[in-house]
Amino acid sequence: MIRVENLSKNYGEVQAVKKINFEINDGEIVGFLGANGAGKSTTLKVITGYLTPTSGDVMVNGMNILDDSFKIREQIGYLPELNPLYTEMKVYDLLEFNAKIRGIEGKAFRSALDMVVEQCGLKGVIHKDISECSKGYKQRIGLSCAMIHDPKILILDEPVTGLDPNQIVEIRELIKELGREKLVLMSSHILQEIQATVDRIIIINKGEIVADGTNEELMSNFMGKTQLTFDIKNSTDEAVNGLPEAVENIAMLSAKSTNGGHLLSLEYAKENDPREALFNYAVKSNWTVMEMSPHSANLEDLFRTLTLDGGANA
Amino acid sequence: MRNFKAIYFKELKAFFNSPMAYIFLVIFALVNGYFFTNTFFLFNQSNMRALFNIVPLVYLFFIPAVTMGLIAREKNIGTMELISTLPIKDIEFVLGKFLAGLTLIVLGLAVTSIHFVTLINVGTNIDYGAIFTGYFGLVLLGAVYSAVGTFASSVTDNQVVAFIIGVFIVLVFFLMDKMLVFVPSSIAGIVQYISVEYHLSNISRGVIDSRNLVYFGSVIGFFIFITKQVMEIRKWR
Repeated sequence: MIRVENLSKNYGEVQAVKKINFEINDGEIVGFLGANGAGKSTTLKVITGYLTPTSGDVMVNGMNILDDSFKIREQIGYLPELNPLYTEMKVYDLLEFNAKIRGIEGKAFRSALDMVVEQCGLKGVIHKDISECSKGYKQRIGLSCAMIHDPKILILDEPVTGLDPNQIVEIRELIKELGREKLVLMSSHILQEIQATVDRIIIINKGEIVADGTNEELMSNFMGKTQLTFDIKNSTDEAVNGLPEAVENIAMLSAKSTNGGHLLSLEYAKENDPREALFNYAVKSNWTVMEMSPHSANLEDLFRTLTLDGGANA
Repeated sequence: MRNFKAIYFKELKAFFNSPMAYIFLVIFALVNGYFFTNTFFLFNQSNMRALFNIVPLVYLFFIPAVTMGLIAREKNIGTMELISTLPIKDIEFVLGKFLAGLTLIVLGLAVTSIHFVTLINVGTNIDYGAIFTGYFGLVLLGAVYSAVGTFASSVTDNQVVAFIIGVFIVLVFFLMDKMLVFVPSSIAGIVQYISVEYHLSNISRGVIDSRNLVYFGSVIGFFIFITKQVMEIRKWR
């Protein structure tokens, strides 16, 4: 379990993280989402013990990061941003080095090695120099080093950057698999990635947490209106202009004349769905409906609303 | 201890997996060999003085070059972040690095023992004790310079800067004894005691005195200690 209380971290004058609070339980996969420079990596670096907090507390499995840093480090597997590796080493040697530091030697190392080679798909490269490996393999090597000791807590800073779509799917499946019994905290600025992988999302902006919850919770809390694309033929300007008055609970954002009709962009609040009334109005006006498609707000809209300048209060 | 060993062997492997160790050993042997054999047959003396005089000079540049990457490189490529989040104590890390550097230096010295074989074959009345203490002094001196180099490597993430800082500190230790004439007589004694040459010359004369051993031990310990402190400071930035 990770508990973060009023955590702040300053770099000189710059406040990278401002009094954030959150709690993550075992067996949860949590995604840390934020723009570049929002404070994601800084928070992860404090939890892993690489940086010391300016103020506030971080508790990992009941131990304070300042008092029991060494014990906490034994229980965490960490993949830093940009995945630094000793490129002059062989993959096997690097894994052996990490295992030795974790006190895994001999038979235990053999079985741990077999496990990570299997899980991360390293079979083909195990005796190669790391410098010869592709970016995707390097990422998996970094991940395998983080999990060689089968840690209870896995902290992954941008685990899928630079991977191709197939590799992304593989890593995502792996993370989900691991998340069944471990606590996984991963950061990313790729929305789709977070959405597809994690149970819970924490959105951080300018060092502050602006949203925290499951994907569905965030969406339903997000006061987004549904937008509707309405493509019609055989319509007249008068009838189109009369639409907002004739149909309740709808607002017209724009109306463009097309070849023989109109393309309308409408908006309505989720709880009052006016689509039936809209359709009836179209029939009454003798329009031919070519398309009627609602776009509900997605994570991307939410993210933009929460993290763009001045958008935090929207 | 376990972690210390892991770091030590990782570092040694890194030396020998790159051309670095081989280039160091070959050039170290060539330079020392040249200066030793140059005068060995000319002076016609059954000792290795010439070698013991030239190695400290070669050390001045070679040891900072060997040690400059020890910690600076980890900082530069970002692996320092991994190391500091692994369950490794700073002191284990610093000692592992320092001893890996020293091991390479000692291997370099071992290569020069070929001249000892020459001496046995052509020399008469060889003073084996003096040769032993001569080598012993060189190992101690190498250890002092390696500790300085490890420290220099810890204060920056740039290997060239680490090299320059290392050479500078090593040079100060080396020149102190030679600068005594410029120092007021009231502090000359202190400066002489701090200088590494003073203690080295005692040992290479064949006298292993505990005062000299304490001196070498303290200087090595001091630089290891401040390197460890530098590692600690990083977290609090």
